Amino acid sequence: MAEHTTMLSLRGLTRRFGGLTAVDAIDLDLARGGLVSIIGPNGAGKTTLFNLVTGLDRPDAGVVRFEGQDITGLSPERLAAEGIARTFQLGRVFGNLSVMDNVLIGAHTRLRAVKPAVPVIGPLLELGLALLRPASVKAEEERLREEVKAIFARFGERLLPRIDQPAYSLSYANRRRVEIARALALKPRLLLLDEPTAGMNPTETAEMQALVAELKAEGLTILLIEHKLEMVMRLSDRVIVMDEGKKIAEGPGEQVRKDPKVIEAYLGHGLSGTAEQESAA
Amino acid sequence: MSSWLDYTINGLIVGNVYALVAVGLALIFGVSRLINFAQGSIYLVGAYIGWVAVVQLHTPLPLTIIVVAVAAALVGLVIERFGLRPLQNSVRIAPLLATIGISFVLDQLVMLTFSPNPRALPSQLPDVRFQIGGGTIGPLDLLIAGVGITSALLLFVFLRYSKLGWAVRATAQDRDAAMQMGVDVNRVNQAVFGIAAALGGVSGMLVGMYYNQIDTAMSLQATLKGVVAEVVGGAGNVPGAVIGSLLLGLVESYGVAVFGTSYRNLFAFLLLVVVLVLRPNGLFASARQAPPEPLTGTFIAPSRPVRIPRWALLVAAAAFAILPLFPVSFYVLQTLINAWLLGMLALSLTLVAGTIGQVSLGHAALLAIGAYTSALLSLGFAVPVGLSIIGGGLMSAALGTALISPSFRLRGHYVSIATLAIGEIVSLVILNWESVTRGPIGISGIPPLSLFGYDLISPNSIYWFSLVVMIVLALLQARLLGSHLGRSFRAIRDDDIAARAYGLSLNRYKSLAFIFGGFAAGVSGGIAAHLYSYINHETFNTQQSILALTVVILGGLGNVVGAIVGSVALVGLPELFRIAAEYRILIYGIVLLLLVRFRPQGLLGTM
Ligand SMILES: Nc1ncnc2c1ncn2[C@@H]1O[C@H](COP(=O)(O)OP(=O)(O)OP(=O)(O)O)[C@@H](O)[C@H]1O
Ligand SMILES: [Mg+2]
Repeated sequence: MAEHTTMLSLRGLTRRFGGLTAVDAIDLDLARGGLVSIIGPNGAGKTTLFNLVTGLDRPDAGVVRFEGQDITGLSPERLAAEGIARTFQLGRVFGNLSVMDNVLIGAHTRLRAVKPAVPVIGPLLELGLALLRPASVKAEEERLREEVKAIFARFGERLLPRIDQPAYSLSYANRRRVEIARALALKPRLLLLDEPTAGMNPTETAEMQALVAELKAEGLTILLIEHKLEMVMRLSDRVIVMDEGKKIAEGPGEQVRKDPKVIEAYLGHGLSGTAEQESAA
Repeated sequence: MSSWLDYTINGLIVGNVYALVAVGLALIFGVSRLINFAQGSIYLVGAYIGWVAVVQLHTPLPLTIIVVAVAAALVGLVIERFGLRPLQNSVRIAPLLATIGISFVLDQLVMLTFSPNPRALPSQLPDVRFQIGGGTIGPLDLLIAGVGITSALLLFVFLRYSKLGWAVRATAQDRDAAMQMGVDVNRVNQAVFGIAAALGGVSGMLVGMYYNQIDTAMSLQATLKGVVAEVVGGAGNVPGAVIGSLLLGLVESYGVAVFGTSYRNLFAFLLLVVVLVLRPNGLFASARQAPPEPLTGTFIAPSRPVRIPRWALLVAAAAFAILPLFPVSFYVLQTLINAWLLGMLALSLTLVAGTIGQVSLGHAALLAIGAYTSALLSLGFAVPVGLSIIGGGLMSAALGTALISPSFRLRGHYVSIATLAIGEIVSLVILNWESVTRGPIGISGIPPLSLFGYDLISPNSIYWFSLVVMIVLALLQARLLGSHLGRSFRAIRDDDIAARAYGLSLNRYKSLAFIFGGFAAGVSGGIAAHLYSYINHETFNTQQSILALTVVILGGLGNVVGAIVGSVALVGLPELFRIAAEYRILIYGIVLLLLVRFRPQGLLGTM
């Protein structure tokens, strides 16, 4: 794959927790505009992999490249500024902030007028500008609010009526939507979605699937963790299957689905003995 | 040479005493991830029960030890059952605040029962000293060492071989898994609090005998030392707590040997800050911590703040502004001036503790920095008083932020410990840096408030001055909260991991919050210095930090109007009901406990 079309590439990425290797020498390439899904049973290491890519955790070995640059071990703040946005599996909205403010935080890295890039006294200028609020700062805030409203509109009537409510009062599904809206407000170059449909009913799942398809059609590069195989099959260019930290299969959805190693991994957890023997045969 | 051995023995003996406190803290932290700020109060209670037993009941030594252990354990059980168990499902900040409240209530009860005057606690042991090598050792030293080692052995056997001990260890390792396996977590908590309290109580008694003196100031010191030892050894790590304690005892003892007694605590707190910064998980923890995973928005109680219409605020401000025009007594004005000064401190603390979630327990240090700066500027450099107060605010903003900045990467309860320690360090530096601060003598003859060359001496002018300054600070803070910084601060409070993932630098925004908050607190301290005309290292103490915290919780964390309402209520109501001064702190403690239990969002709601 030519260098300039690869947005994200992982080589030998490894993370150990004590005796457990949660992520074990994972290689992965994601082309610009592509959508790769990561599937695997519970505890396979998918979320840990996301943490390594987004800087919330540091690998014990391996390299993460983003747009050709080595970004291994950079701080999450830096990576957000580089254009990497993610959602969290457990749903980490800011509970006491309004829905609007939650999503505006997503746009934080795009603040310019109120956050001049001046060394040393930059933070003090930011404080001063926040208090004085000259016209440029007001205009920027206004523009971001309009953009955020446009993002809300993508979720139909799910979020729009609730933009002034505190996030803790939202339903579980709406929190997931706020997370995605917040990620979109960053105008990401790379979007990582960790089980965006967890806990959603079929209608809501279908809505979410349509939204992700729309984002993909708009050219956004997406790395997706998802348990609902139906959605994975429809959206993914490629699927990567993880089990116990290792990549056990990779390829187009249909091919991966029939792979005996994958079937074993999914069945194996729970009735390990028999499944292991079957596939060994 | 011989004295070094003496200092070593002394360090180990004192370390042994700290160990009895720290082991309890470690056990409690292990099973409930809580730093028990009431541990020192139990130690205090133990010392006074020992005094009653020895001096009034004339019990023999072994019986004294048993009486103290049992009585202290009962106190621990009561704290667990009525203070903490009801908070099991509440927000993360609640148990911490509860132990702070409990500690103040216990200390005040002891003080009211026994008077604040120190008492002698005779050791009941013969006063002889044995030569060993080049040093000497007395029977009390041996007793302390014996109690320490025996307790360690008993604890080891309990944790290792009893069923309940196994449950304690299982809970400490993984609370949820332990519960699934049928461990009764309430019983585990009970056991742990009982043991911790028994050890803490005996330790207080032994220290009382060691110095042949007990007084109510012991409590806070013991909590601080125990926490230092525990954190040095690694929070929740029982053997680590023992080693941390011995290390702390030695560091202090050698520090005293080289620099003198007044430096004892400075070394303890510097050790704490160094460990917190370099190895926040203690000296013996594995180098890298697993990434934490808190749940969303559980730090403060979720609530919808009460919206007070703008006209009502204007009417209230106008009413307070014209108050001096009516025939009100000097006493009323004086009380309200105190409320406005406390209001400025509460504004600062509600921003730092409420808006950005850094529960500071050393906030009075910011007052002290502002007060000393303003006093010294006006006295030493003839800076006009109005400007000197602004200088005090700026110094407090800069120095306060610089001192706390190494702790910005700490989370939760650790922030509170660090701020408590930094508050103590500031007060100790003021005490010891005589060439600048005039040490224990304090600064007297501070010029009165003045503005543009006019002295503000009449109660009315002082009243108006402090009211206007407070309102200006409040308006600025409200404006700050309405900006992108307000939402950034609150996002960091609610979930710092998610905030970082969206590009918010914790160092940058915590600094900005402390700079803004430090300024308000420094201005309050500056004004106070010129009002009092005399200040020393004890003028601004931990009690004020706790009072400010109670005000902030009462008003609603992060709530600007709430901070002012809370100040007026907590300064004004005790005056209104003519409550004697010695009961006030007791009442503040009880108010804090009741709020945490029944209205954690405060009167006006968290923002
Ligand atoms: N901070 C941590 N400390 C220790 N072990 C961890 C930590 N985080 C994850 N693990 C372990 O690493 C393994 C992989 O966890 P991870 O959350 O990445 O799995 P996952 O594939 O996302 O699973 P799920 O589908 O349940 O979300 C698990 O065994 C988990 O217990
Ligand atoms: Mg996961």
